Amino acid sequence: MDKIRKNKTLMKLIYLVLTYAVVQVLISTGIITYYLQDILTTICINIILAVSLNLITGFTGQFSLGHAGFMSIGAYVCAIITLRMSTTFGFIIGAIAGAVAAALVGCLVGLPTLRLKGDYLAIATLGMSEIIRIIAVNLEITNGAAGLSSIPQFVNWVWLFVFTAGTILIISNFIRSSHGRACISVREDEIAAEAMGINSTRYKVIAFTMGAFFAGIAGALYASYFYVIKPDTFGFQKSIDVLIIVVFGGMGSLSGSVISAFVLALINTLLQSLAEVRMILYAVILVVIMIFRPQGLMGSKELSVSTLSKVGQIFQPRKGGDK
Amino acid sequence: MEQFLQQIVNGISLGSIYALIALGYTMVYGIIKLINFAHSDVYMLGAFVGYFCMTTLRLNFFLSLLASMAFCTVLGVVIEKVAYKPLRNSTRIAALITAIGVSLFLQYTTMAITGPDVRSYPAMSGFLAQSVSLGSIRITMQQIIILAVTIVLMVVLQFIVKKTRIGRAMRAVSLDQDAAELMGININATISFTFALGSALAGAAGILVGVYYNSINPLMGTLPGLKAFVAAVFGGIGLIPGAMIGGYFIGIVEVLVSGYGNSMYRDAVVFAILILILIIKPAGLLGKNVREKV
Repeated sequence: MDKIRKNKTLMKLIYLVLTYAVVQVLISTGIITYYLQDILTTICINIILAVSLNLITGFTGQFSLGHAGFMSIGAYVCAIITLRMSTTFGFIIGAIAGAVAAALVGCLVGLPTLRLKGDYLAIATLGMSEIIRIIAVNLEITNGAAGLSSIPQFVNWVWLFVFTAGTILIISNFIRSSHGRACISVREDEIAAEAMGINSTRYKVIAFTMGAFFAGIAGALYASYFYVIKPDTFGFQKSIDVLIIVVFGGMGSLSGSVISAFVLALINTLLQSLAEVRMILYAVILVVIMIFRPQGLMGSKELSVSTLSKVGQIFQPRKGGDK
Repeated sequence: MEQFLQQIVNGISLGSIYALIALGYTMVYGIIKLINFAHSDVYMLGAFVGYFCMTTLRLNFFLSLLASMAFCTVLGVVIEKVAYKPLRNSTRIAALITAIGVSLFLQYTTMAITGPDVRSYPAMSGFLAQSVSLGSIRITMQQIIILAVTIVLMVVLQFIVKKTRIGRAMRAVSLDQDAAELMGININATISFTFALGSALAGAAGILVGVYYNSINPLMGTLPGLKAFVAAVFGGIGLIPGAMIGGYFIGIVEVLVSGYGNSMYRDAVVFAILILILIIKPAGLLGKNVREKV
């Protein structure tokens, strides 16, 4: 038993399978209703968006306000493909094509704009996502401001789980790789990183492209689950929502992003019945959190499998004098 | 040619409004390095206060203008004291999220009070409803008022910033906050005063836009706010003349694009200009590039 507990990869796998199985059982027994499934889907999509934005903003330190733009590219590409090819295979092609298209745009936009710093980059990415939105309003194939509707639904818990867990695993492994460490060094001090021989522009573009790729996947999931997409769904407000999840969870903490996606969805659902007062309370909560805990829920700490087992050890009998 | 001149006249009116909003953004950014997203909602509230002064209280245009500027001044200072002051030493992104929070709060509080519907301003009467014709170019009295009010406010602003004690304090704080504090400048009072000035200008812009476009709603601030910020970045953020030039430039470009091109793409063109100027000259038209030191 101890050996198994020491093998982190195995433990991670067990936790993942457990999460999947528990939710699957809850869905098939009907405890998770359709309404709750909608919320679950929103949470998963928000997790993918937040984790990918965290890679750009939290780990690489590049302040982006354009995440909704990438999401909309993924959503539109996937919707257009599945509308013409409505099979599961078509959905997979659409999701991948959407993500690749978003990544391409991210790379193209990132190459020139990532030379900018701080707020300037934020404004440039904001401008980029507004341009994408306006193009979607004006194009024929995206059906203008009315958007696309009756998109075939392929997303179920299996796909949600695969994509969400996949995104978290890939990004957390990326951050622990040498490339990821290079990204973190760019965040900490760009000039020092350059002096150590790190090509900072290259790593910024890599992080930005990866972030855009996963935002594209989130968009594809959104399009395929909610039937309808409109250019206005992916406006400035959406980028802000994602940024809020990241900052609330803690910049540079993947588990923080996951937790805050849950907490914010919970707050939103609890306030649902209050209509306009909901947004007022939401805004007040946001300001209060920022004033009293500006580093977010988790700061830059991670809640990992080893922390979990440490917590588990508290409840176990001590083995005498060692340590 | 005449059509072109007419477009320029319209562009100058729109540009005046952008310039007034952009001044608030640029002064606040210059002094505490914060993109004050709530500024666009101060502008929206300026329009609403003007509306209530003119309809419920039946005040004339100039009294309403003063009332809405006074209201926005107070509002700006309250926002700064309540929301931004506790965050003065935290990260910039936390301050930015707070600004977004304040912006959402103002939007939805207004919506809860007045309802989400579009309201139309009362029709202008007397000499405000007239217009002047120069050849075939038609200039309405409203456009003249907009330009006149903007110019007067800008002259007053320049006077305050360049010639008065508090203006000198503002410039000192934006140059180097710590050094200014060591010289005995009251940082908090100076920052509050900057918010007061910027918000007063936004209030004026709000009522002018209400008179000019005749319709207001609780979410009207977002897009003009973003464009005014683009204008501030275009001219060089933190620079008062830059915000004026940027405002007029963006206004004229927007009107020309809707006049000669496709009006659906006018916002896209504004943002494309922003991205171009950021890539070519990130410090803005009048800004100087500062080399980063280790």
